[in-house]
Order: sequence, then structure tokens, then C-alpha cells
Amino acid sequence: MLQLIFFNVTNGLIIGAFYALMAIGLSLILNLSGVINFAHGGFLVIGGYLAYALTPRLGFWGALIVAPFLTALIGFAVERLLIRRLYGRDPLYSLLLTFGLAFIIEDGTRQIWGANGLPFSVPAALTSPLSYQFFFITGYRMFMVAVVAVVVAVLFVLLRYTRIGVRIRAGTLDLETVAALGVNVRALRSLNFAVGIFLAGLAGVLAAGQIGLEPTMGDGLLMPSFIAIIVGGVGSLTGTLLGGLLIGVASGLTAVIFPSASEAVIYVMMAIVLLVRPRGLLGEEGMLS
Amino acid sequence: MIKRVGAAGFDRRALLKAGAAAGLAQVAAPFVISARGEAPIKIGLANPLTGTYAAPGKNETIGIQLAVDQLNAKNGILGRQIELLVEDSTSGDAGAAVQKTRKLIERDNVDFLVGNVNSALAQAMAQVSNEKGVLHIVPGGHTDPITGADCKWNVFRVCNTTRMEANAVCSLLFKTYGKKWHFITPDYAFGHTLYQGCEADLKTLGGSITGNELTPLGTTDFSAYLIKARAANPDVLLVLVQGNDMVNCLKQISQFGIDKQIHVAGTQQELEPVEAMPPEARVGVWMFEWYWKQPAGTPGLDDFIAEIRKRTGGKVPTARNWFGYVTIHAYALACEKAKTIEAKAAAKALADLELPPEIKLQPNKVYFRGGDHQLMLSAFLGELLQTGDGDPENLFKVNSIVAGDSVAPSVTDTGCKMNMPA
Amino acid sequence: MTAGKHRHLAVLAAIWAALIFAPYWMPLFGGYTALGSRVLVLGLGAMALNFLLGFTGVLSFGHAAWFGLGAYACGLTLKFIAPSTPLGLLAGTLIGGVAGALLGALLVRRRGVYFAMVTIAFGQVFYYIAFQWSSVTGGDDGLRGFARQPLDFRAFQIDLLHSDLAFYYFVLVCFAGVVAVMAFILRSPFGRTMIAIRENERRARFLGIPVELHIWIAFTLSCFFMAFAGGLYALLNNFADPRVLHYSLSGDFVIMAVMGGMRMFWGPLLGAVVFVVLQDYLSSVTVNWMSFIGVLIVFIVLFFPRGILGLVRARRTA
Repeated sequence: MLQLIFFNVTNGLIIGAFYALMAIGLSLILNLSGVINFAHGGFLVIGGYLAYALTPRLGFWGALIVAPFLTALIGFAVERLLIRRLYGRDPLYSLLLTFGLAFIIEDGTRQIWGANGLPFSVPAALTSPLSYQFFFITGYRMFMVAVVAVVVAVLFVLLRYTRIGVRIRAGTLDLETVAALGVNVRALRSLNFAVGIFLAGLAGVLAAGQIGLEPTMGDGLLMPSFIAIIVGGVGSLTGTLLGGLLIGVASGLTAVIFPSASEAVIYVMMAIVLLVRPRGLLGEEGMLS
Repeated sequence: MIKRVGAAGFDRRALLKAGAAAGLAQVAAPFVISARGEAPIKIGLANPLTGTYAAPGKNETIGIQLAVDQLNAKNGILGRQIELLVEDSTSGDAGAAVQKTRKLIERDNVDFLVGNVNSALAQAMAQVSNEKGVLHIVPGGHTDPITGADCKWNVFRVCNTTRMEANAVCSLLFKTYGKKWHFITPDYAFGHTLYQGCEADLKTLGGSITGNELTPLGTTDFSAYLIKARAANPDVLLVLVQGNDMVNCLKQISQFGIDKQIHVAGTQQELEPVEAMPPEARVGVWMFEWYWKQPAGTPGLDDFIAEIRKRTGGKVPTARNWFGYVTIHAYALACEKAKTIEAKAAAKALADLELPPEIKLQPNKVYFRGGDHQLMLSAFLGELLQTGDGDPENLFKVNSIVAGDSVAPSVTDTGCKMNMPA
Repeated sequence: MTAGKHRHLAVLAAIWAALIFAPYWMPLFGGYTALGSRVLVLGLGAMALNFLLGFTGVLSFGHAAWFGLGAYACGLTLKFIAPSTPLGLLAGTLIGGVAGALLGALLVRRRGVYFAMVTIAFGQVFYYIAFQWSSVTGGDDGLRGFARQPLDFRAFQIDLLHSDLAFYYFVLVCFAGVVAVMAFILRSPFGRTMIAIRENERRARFLGIPVELHIWIAFTLSCFFMAFAGGLYALLNNFADPRVLHYSLSGDFVIMAVMGGMRMFWGPLLGAVVFVVLQDYLSSVTVNWMSFIGVLIVFIVLFFPRGILGLVRARRTA
């Protein structure tokens, strides 16, 4: 039993890392622009399908690198053309806009690639288990964790040490002052959005190898991302990272004890956090009022 | 001649001319049905074309469309052309499906209703069709009560029930692989009844169950359950999950190498999820409700394959195409037999109707059982192939085709008490 | 009476005339009575949401939870307790409303995105319960085996089940009743206070208004109305399935409210008319109806945030 729990905690961390990747992208967008991006799952799907389309030409590794950038480009266009007009309005509107976008993305991918799932092959080198004992830790899962770790580390370094990163972090706290200091806030927001979508696209490529590629694949990942943000704390990327890992582990552990509830448990966690400590684990007070 | 103004507005000579013309048209072009002035037979289809169930829904629609076109080319049903009205029931809540059904029945006055892939929607639709007295065939909704506890005089079903699936597979698995079984079951009504069927069969055969993992619908990560399954050390691992869950589960099974240590098997398998799997995930022993590559000599099969290829851009037919195809042809045959499209008479003709070779497209006797209105379709047992047996399109090797009525539970066991109206 | 009041009454008369004669003019445009019933029920749900969203300024994105609870409670009552339509509706309304009251008490201190997210969370928890507790709710297969029962007045019976027309008028009467209550509340001092809170919460607080209490009452009332609409929905379909609790349905209600005009009383009904009819029509005509609806939503949000009625009002006052 102890072994089972250990296995599941480890596995939960692996899954949690994936949730964290999605959630961090969502969090970046939410923190700086106040936009609740209901289309985040849709961008994940775009990332996956673009990788599928690119793999014959660029191979898996090529697709892994290029697809997220292309997705980010699409996100950039969306921000400039559509979302930009909604800053300063009630957050309800950007939520609704992205809700509508999600419809369009789902229908569009179904129109182009069909309703049936598509097989996405990952290089054989990655798929074999690491060892007999830890058979469930396949190379691909470790690879996902490694990618997430690298990307998150790079992101944190960028945010901390580059000028743009500092501006983004400052903007999260007080966008007005940042604008007053002469920073081009519009460009900043566009770039920030694109970075968030890049992460979603990357998550899509990783997901395609793990859970199979079909137009509705993003639906089940959107809510856990929101929950990771709320549990970990709005306004804090480290919190979001932590939140993602936590809900992954919670889900994994519940699957051992009471599998029917392994999906519902993350909602219960979110409810508890919101009622008891609304700012989340590492969040700032009053970020979302 | 003075034109009379008023209600009629035309003169006698014009009327005579028109009559002569019509008569001439009758003689000149006997196959132009419109000249006869007969109203077309309307068939209403409410199936998911968007959302989670879009893929099977679309494929059933293709089979239905093929059958309608074939019938219309050959003078329709009882000399009347068929008009097919297609509605997207969506994969979402039953309210949309009920609304579409009401639209088809009340506004469009359909004579025959078809649908739905989703069990809940199929049952919601069946309640409406029963209330309105419209003949209704469910091509691909699997939940047992449709031809079981909730059976209705006007509702028939093509695809098989969970009991049939369990019975088809279990004795084969028991004999070939062993007596200790572990289950991965999707946690909803379909999964539960499927598990109960297998459990009952296993007990009768004298086997034992090492465990049953109930997985929520939409689970993408099965490692927790697979870890437990591996630890239990069974002879056979039965994967009862369907659709995308099935794809992910099998992918993970092959990634973890579980198929190398335990025999993997399941009850129902469909080409739609199989086509979505990477080759290395195609493992295990399964049952298809219909498969395109059969041992030679099945009449009508090659034509069907060719026709479906034309409509799907070259893809081979799936069981879902076949369900739709059978649904329409069965209706046509029943109406021809009853010499009317009136619902009660057609229903009586449909019960116990046997499908001719070019419709059933398989060996064995295939017919609608009168007691519960369930089609006795055969079970195609075999193994998934990682590399086709020389044919890259062939993903499944059929080992045996078992007659439907030999695996179906008796009518009393299904819980159906059919009350045909007088 | 002033000209404005005349116009107001004329508009009201027009709306009610259209609703009362709907089964007669709808078929001219390819409509059918059941569509009208569906529009009324969903429109009522959108108006219930708007009671909170448009008039108090609080965004709940999980309101489908109360709708679904009302639907299931009504269905379960009809199936297991008594074959009585009024009892089913009453049970649905009470259970959904009381659940909302309890949850609302926990929530009132939060606002904005927090509030929205918690409501989604609770909606999803109910969704999973409905899904898993299949022995009672029928699980994924849905709650079935119940049907709307005839209304029994001692002198005569009204068959609601077989007559779509009778059911439509039944829904219309219920709709009228709830709408009257809503209008009454909004006109009362309480309603005025709600609007004051929407306009400027801080100022309202400084004026000594117990903001949390008012929001809680508004939330609870909104949940009661929503649950009533849910009960009607169960009667409409003779069916209840878990998706009626899912947040995507909540999203649909929000869209209806915004599309029609959030701050107008009749806005959500208009939004429901447009949304339901459009979805019904488009999904018959094209498989890509989702793209059209998505584009429409984007369009409305960008260019007509005040909704259709908001546009009309702006034109008139301009």
C-alpha cells in the first residue's frame, strides 16, 4: 500500500508538472492583462495539431520547437486584433470573448483535421519505461517533466533578470505606474500574451504525445489550470507552479483511495481554498477583487 | 375565351392542356416520381455531429446517406422517394436532442426517426418518439435498457448490448488465457453493466476477479489503475473503457510494457479509436460489432467497401457506417413487408425481420428479435494488429464471427416486457 | 400619462402579445411550439442570472448548478414521490433555492473572479455527484421515466404531456408569474439598493447599506428563480442529465444575458430568443454552427457590449 502511494505521488507530480505548464501560461495572461482566457485549452489544441502537421517535415523535435512558436504567433494576432479592445472593461467581456474563440477553435480544428482522433507518434527512444520496478515512469513522462522544468526555469530567469521580465512583473503589480514611466504597455501586454500562449502550445505538443489528438482534448485541461492558479495563489507564478503540482498529487492519491472522485477532488480543493484562504497559498491579498 | 376571375382563375382549355401534359409525363417518364405527385417519405436523423461523439455520429450519418441514395436510385420505398432530414443533436445535454426530435416530428412530420450515438440522448429521444408514436431505430446507442427494462414498441436497436458483448468475449478469453481477471471499467452506466455481464460470465465459468478499477469518464492518465492492475498479477487485463479513454489507456499499457506481461483484452472495440492510436498501442484481443475485412465470400461486402470509400475520401468502412446502413435498409424492408409506412404495422414487420445477405454483410443469421427489438448481429472476435498483415489498412485480424443470438441473453433476462399495440 | 410611459406600456403590450400568440405566428417562420417553450424556459434562466449579474453586478459563472438542481429535484419528485407537476416544480425551486442560499452565505465576501470561480467549482461538484450517484440520478444515462403530469383542477384536467400547446401556455403562465415577482422586487426599495450597489459598491457601503446582506439576498432570489426555470426544463424534456449542471450551460446563460442586454429587464429574454433560435436554425443548416455562434459572440462582445436592447436604447436616446 505504501508503495502504491509512493508510486501515485510520483506520478501525480509528473501530471502536476503538466498542469503547471498550462496554468503558468494562463496565470501570466491573467496577472498582467486581467484576461480570463477561456480559449487557453483551444490554443493547446492548436499547438498539438500544428505539431502533427509539422512532424512529417520537421520530425518530432522540429515540431516540438516550431509548433509553440507558431501558436504564440496566432495568439499574438488574436491579442492585437481582438482582446486589446477589451482592456479596461469588465473582465466579463474578455471571458466571453475567449469563450466564443474556444467555440471557433474547436470547430475549426474539427473542420480541418476531422472529428476522429489522430495518432501522434513520439520517438520510440522516449516511450520505453525507465526500469522494471518503476515501469510507469516512462521516458516520455520524464521528458515532459524535463521540458516543463527547463521552460519554467527559463521563464523565471527571464522574468527576474531581463528588462522585459521586470516590466512584466512590475506591470502585474501596478500597470498605471509602469505606463507612466514610459514603458510601451501595449507592446508589453501583447508580448506577455504571446508568451502565455507559447506555453499553451507547448503543452499541446506534449499532450498530443500523451493523451491523443482530437478537437475536444483541451476541454478537460482548462478547469484544472484555473484551479491550479486559485489554489496556488493568484498573482504568484511560483504559487501557480505549486498549485499545479498539488492538484496533480491530490488527483493521483485520490485515484488510489476513491477513484470516482479523482476528478472532483480538485474542485473540492479549490472550494476549500477559496473559502478558507482566498488568496491561495502564495498569492497576494486582494488580487482578484 | 374570357378568363374567369375568382377562386379558380384559369380557364377550361388551360386545364385540359395541363391534364394532357400531366398524363403524357406519366407515360413518358415513369421514373420521375415527382410527376406522380406522391409525397416523399421523410426520415429524421438526430445524431451528434459536433462535440465528443462527432466521429461516430458522422460515420453513422455517412452509412445512412449511402442507404438513402441507394434506395432512391431504385424507386425509393413503396414507390416513394426518401427525404433525409439531418439534425445535429450535439454531444451535450438531452434538452437539445429532445428539441430536435420534437422539431423533426412536429414541424417536419417525419415518418421515421433515427438516433442517437449517446445513450442518454437515445433514451431521451425514445421517450419522445414513443409519446408521438413514431417508429424509431437506434443505430449506435449502447445502453442496455433501450432494448431491456425501458423497451418500447416503436424502438429498435442495431448495435449490440453490453450483455451480448460480455458473453461473446468471455468464454473465449477464459479458455485461451486463464481464469484470473482484472478490470478497468469506465465509471458510468454502460461500464457498470458491461462489468456486471463479464463478472457474471466469469463466475459461471469458474474464474476469479483480482480487482476492478473504476475510472472516471475522460480520464487521461491510467497509470494509477495500471499500477494496481500490474500488482494484482492477473492472467487477463480487461479494458472496458471506450473512445478517447480507450486510446489513452492502450497507449499507456503499451508504454509501460504491460501487454508483454499480461494478456490484454476487452469487449467492445471500434475502428474510430483504433485509427487514433499509434501503431504500438494496437494490442489485445477484442470484439468488433462489424469489421470490413472478413474471410472471403461475403456477398455485397466489396461493393459496400467501395461505396463507403467514395464517401469518406478513401477510408475503409467502420461498424458505425454499417449501423447507419442497416438502419435505413431495415426500415425499407419492413415497410415493403407491411406494404405501408404506418408505424405500428411497420414495427410489427420489423420485429423478427431477417436481413438479406447484401444488407447484413456477414455470415450467420442476422435478424431483429421480436421479444426485445434487438438486432442479433454477430460478434467479430480477433486481435488488433500493430503492423497490418501485409495490408496497411487492416488493423484487426478477425479470428471468428459468432452469431448474435448465441451470445444474447434471453428476452426475459433483459428485463424487457414488450407491449405491442393492437 | 407621459409619452414615455405610453411607450413603455405599448412595448410591454407588444411583448406579451408576441408571447401569447407565439404558437400561431412561429410556424410561419419555420418555428414550432416546443421551440417556443424552450426559449421561454431558457429565457427565464437567463433573466434569473441577470437579476444577479445585470442588476447587482455580481458575476456568477456557475449558475447552471441551481438550474440543474432544480431540474433533478423536479424529476426525482415526479419519479419517486408523487406524480404531481406543481409539487415537482415546488420541490425543484425549493431545493435549488435553499442550496443557493447556503452557498451564498459562504460566498458573499468574495467578488469578481473569485466569486465566478467558486460558483463554477460548486457547479462541477454537483455535476460529478449527478454523474456518479447513478442509482438515484441515472448517472450518465440521465434521469428518465418521469413525465409531466396533467394539471388536476377538480372540475377539469389539462393534459400537459400530449399537448405541446397546453404545455407552452403552462410555461407562459409560470414565466409571467416569476417575471412579475422579479419586476416587483426590482421596483421596490430593495431593488433600487441592488442597483446602487452595482453602480458603486463602496459608496453604498459608506451610506450604511449592509452590502453583503443585500448581495446574499439577491443571490438567493436569483437561485430560486433559476431553480424554478430548471424545474420547467425537466418538465420540458421529461428528462434530466448531468450536462444540465455543467459550466458550459452557465456560459450559455451569460451569453444570452449579454447578447440581449445585461442591464435591461427584458434583455436576457431577447438574448435567449436570438441564441436558441439561431442555434436551432444553424445546427440544422451547417455542421459548422459552432463557428458562427463563436463569431457572433466575439462580435457582440467587441461591438455591442450593451447587447441588442442596449443598442436600441442608445439609438433612441441619441
